[in-house]
Amino acid sequence: MSNITLKVNGSTHTLDVEPGTPLLYILRNDLGLQGPRFGCGLGQCGACTVIINGSAIRSCITPVSSVKAEITTLEAIAKGGKLHLLQQAWIDEQVPQCGFCQNGQIMTAKALLDKIPNPSDVQIREAMNGVLCRCMTFYRVQAAIKRGAKAISDARQSEKTKVTA
Amino acid sequence: MTPFNGIPREVEQDLEHLNVTPSRREFLRNAGMFAVTLSAVGAAGTFVPEAKAQAADPSATAGPYPDPDFRQVDSWIVIHQDDTATFYVGKTDCGQGTGTAFRQIMSDELDFPYDKTTCIMGSTDITVDQGGSGGSTAMERDSWPMRRVAAEARRVLLDMASTKLDVPVERLSVSDGVITVPGDASKRVTYGQLIGGKRFNVAVTGKNINVIAGVAAVKPVQALKNVGQSPRRYDIPAKVDGSLKWAVDVKLPGMVHARNVKPPFAGAKLISIDESSVRDMPGFVKVVSKGNYVAVVCEREEQAINAAKRLKANWEKPATAPFPSSEDLFKYMRGATPTSVSNPIVVGNPDAAFASAAKIIEADYDIPYQGHTAFSPAHALADPSNGLMTIYSNDMKSYGMRTGVATFLGMPRDKVRVIWMEGPQGFGRTAADDAGFEAAYIAKEIGRPVRIQWMRDEESAWDTKAPAFAVKARGGLDAAGNLVAYEYHARAADHNHVGYNEPDTVLIAQLMGARRDKPASGSSEVPAEMYAIPNRRMSRDVVSLPLVWESPVRTGNLRDPNGPQSTFAAESFIDELAFAAKADPVEFRMKLLTASTTEDTGFKRARSIAVVKAAAEAYGWDPRPSPKPVASGNIVTGRGFAYAYRGQTIAAQVAEVEVNRTTGHVWVKRLVCAHDCGLIINPEALRHTVECAMLHSLSRALHEEVQFNTEKVTSVDWVSHPSLRHADCPARIDVVLLNGDPNPNRPDLAPYGGGETACKPLMAAVANAIHDATGVRLRRVPFRDARVLAALNAARA
Repeated sequence: MSNITLKVNGSTHTLDVEPGTPLLYILRNDLGLQGPRFGCGLGQCGACTVIINGSAIRSCITPVSSVKAEITTLEAIAKGGKLHLLQQAWIDEQVPQCGFCQNGQIMTAKALLDKIPNPSDVQIREAMNGVLCRCMTFYRVQAAIKRGAKAISDARQSEKTKVTA
Repeated sequence: MTPFNGIPREVEQDLEHLNVTPSRREFLRNAGMFAVTLSAVGAAGTFVPEAKAQAADPSATAGPYPDPDFRQVDSWIVIHQDDTATFYVGKTDCGQGTGTAFRQIMSDELDFPYDKTTCIMGSTDITVDQGGSGGSTAMERDSWPMRRVAAEARRVLLDMASTKLDVPVERLSVSDGVITVPGDASKRVTYGQLIGGKRFNVAVTGKNINVIAGVAAVKPVQALKNVGQSPRRYDIPAKVDGSLKWAVDVKLPGMVHARNVKPPFAGAKLISIDESSVRDMPGFVKVVSKGNYVAVVCEREEQAINAAKRLKANWEKPATAPFPSSEDLFKYMRGATPTSVSNPIVVGNPDAAFASAAKIIEADYDIPYQGHTAFSPAHALADPSNGLMTIYSNDMKSYGMRTGVATFLGMPRDKVRVIWMEGPQGFGRTAADDAGFEAAYIAKEIGRPVRIQWMRDEESAWDTKAPAFAVKARGGLDAAGNLVAYEYHARAADHNHVGYNEPDTVLIAQLMGARRDKPASGSSEVPAEMYAIPNRRMSRDVVSLPLVWESPVRTGNLRDPNGPQSTFAAESFIDELAFAAKADPVEFRMKLLTASTTEDTGFKRARSIAVVKAAAEAYGWDPRPSPKPVASGNIVTGRGFAYAYRGQTIAAQVAEVEVNRTTGHVWVKRLVCAHDCGLIINPEALRHTVECAMLHSLSRALHEEVQFNTEKVTSVDWVSHPSLRHADCPARIDVVLLNGDPNPNRPDLAPYGGGETACKPLMAAVANAIHDATGVRLRRVPFRDARVLAALNAARA
């Protein structure tokens, strides 16, 4: 065991854990987060996705000691009690069925839109292809990403207009 | 964060404050609202591995969790002083929005605002037992007692208002939980004022929960206001913002983590365990083992995972191979002696009709084992505190788990409860059943709360499978291309089909040595269509793999059990007959549907015709025989049709495909489904369910196959057991909801099942589309690139 310091969702934590422990178990069992979830432990499904340095990362195969930058989980993408526009798009499209995979869908989509604000259908399919869903909500996930991209772009536009005015 | 007014918040309160559930139980108890229960212990002929003689004494069974009495209105509906209401139902919602639909339908009967209601479901000590989920029964069967109880509650409230306002009931008006007297504005009372926080103390009657009724009649369909609307599913916001507490999230003080160590070979026998291989590992608690069941318990989750990997054990391989390899499966099945045979269904004189047919077509179809492979491997948390047992589980049949675990552990039922919480998809008999029993067993052994979770390889290899099917079909056409003789034989590898939460067939029981004298016979299935064929014979039988018990290749119900397999063969073959008759596939089917006018009580023929027409119309189907004239170029396209019913629900589908002739890759670019399930409660939630059911079968059509060698299952993750991906998703899906009942406005229009029928026709629609595009017929599922390419190459050769 050794002391590891993690910055998660704006807070810093120091924990005495085995350095090789996958980040997922620390987030869930030590920090009480429930956005990232165990799906395969192999980095194949996306259930455990968190965002680090702007990238969607599979926390189930990421040793906790290897993480140096801040970790953002699903719980923290809403700001000031207001849902992220992508989350709102998810509700508007009524995306989830069981919902177990949706952490991976939303976090991977957020990382995509942060890099490519208006992705093409092909870019969406490519970026999302490693995130599985066994209820098969893919059709609505893709619709929600497009809706979310538009909402984010509209919001930016109206911010600009406000600043100009 | 999003306010969440559904079940899990209630459960969360229960967990964190330990006051909600007890107060609910107290509420029911003071009203005498628990039914007299019989202990499950010692049920005749049942395997009870842990039964203790003293526990079998019924006088010692005054546990705190008796069954809520389904004949009491209070067991279903509580109206609060603030004019809100809580509905308690014996169901679970696996993500199709049934909870939202229950609120809609009960609000309507109660005349109460939908927005002021919540729905609690699935926890065995505070909700009545409607069996949880299964069989698409939520609306078709289980919404009825809910409606009738809500109607009865409304009647009682009107009686109370009549007394309070001193006005005859006939002069009262009720809307949104407010009772008024038309013409007298001074008189008004709300439901909350009448009964808020108090009990109805009103009983309904009926010999079982499905038929209970009070004095009041349910409303005619035309008077339902919320039904037919699409309020958004209440469970979604918390699934999107991360605030939902799932069964995987529950943590209890003193809780430890367990992981199974499965036999490395199917049918292996445990010879010895070397506990010293893990004893010094950090956090090690115990190795729990009995028979061939082995689990390792540690303080932390990752410790248990590591210890289960590290544990050294000696296993003896079985003397004979447990099964043929999946490559040899269909040859094995066709040569096997059936373990059970069903009586054939015979119409007319098929033998004579074949003898005089102008043309005879024959085809064999093979559908492999396909798994549930739940997105989250099976899990459960069991708490053995105070001599009781509480299991936190996502199992869709929590009520059955409670009874099964009580029997398995030799505990009285009323000392065992299951708290249902959300989890990954519940499309039938998943390994969630197994995990619940395992957690409870280990918790009882070590006396601490135990959380168990299967690893990905366990889930993929050892969960219950949909049985493999080998089908033989034969058809005879007359000189004019009419189908005059039809023969269909379906063989399923389904011997020892595992039921739900059975204490003698859950995996832990099997591994501990439980054996039934007679394994469940399993089942096969014949086509479900309304085609009028003058001479037909449909038969089915079941075969067994060599290894019957403790097998990773064990079968159980998977969404629309047997439907996708049987319909793949049946509706592919109808297309083959249409091809032989040089007929358009839709026109060929329509001719068979309209060749008779006999009907059943649900107008299944009229509705089938309407659904087939609607699907063709929504797609823009232009009549022509398949296949298309051979196109040049690498990417070729085609369209395929298929139709089936399940119970009283009808679905017809069109798949449009692109086939890459160089790689064999198939992309289903468009799907259309016309769907008739009678009365629709929530059209948007239904539409979503139909979309996802189609894609579930698309995943089975394109990717899914449980593969094994002669020692073990080799499909163990998402590479070796691929599943549908974003890139496979159609660019367009159209769902047409209709009601082809000759009188769709009748006041007693019934809702039928909505969760499974759309799974049925899809695999055949895709195969038919591939044939239309390429002229090549695929008779073996799944249509992975290599298989399609091989078929294309064989046709080119």
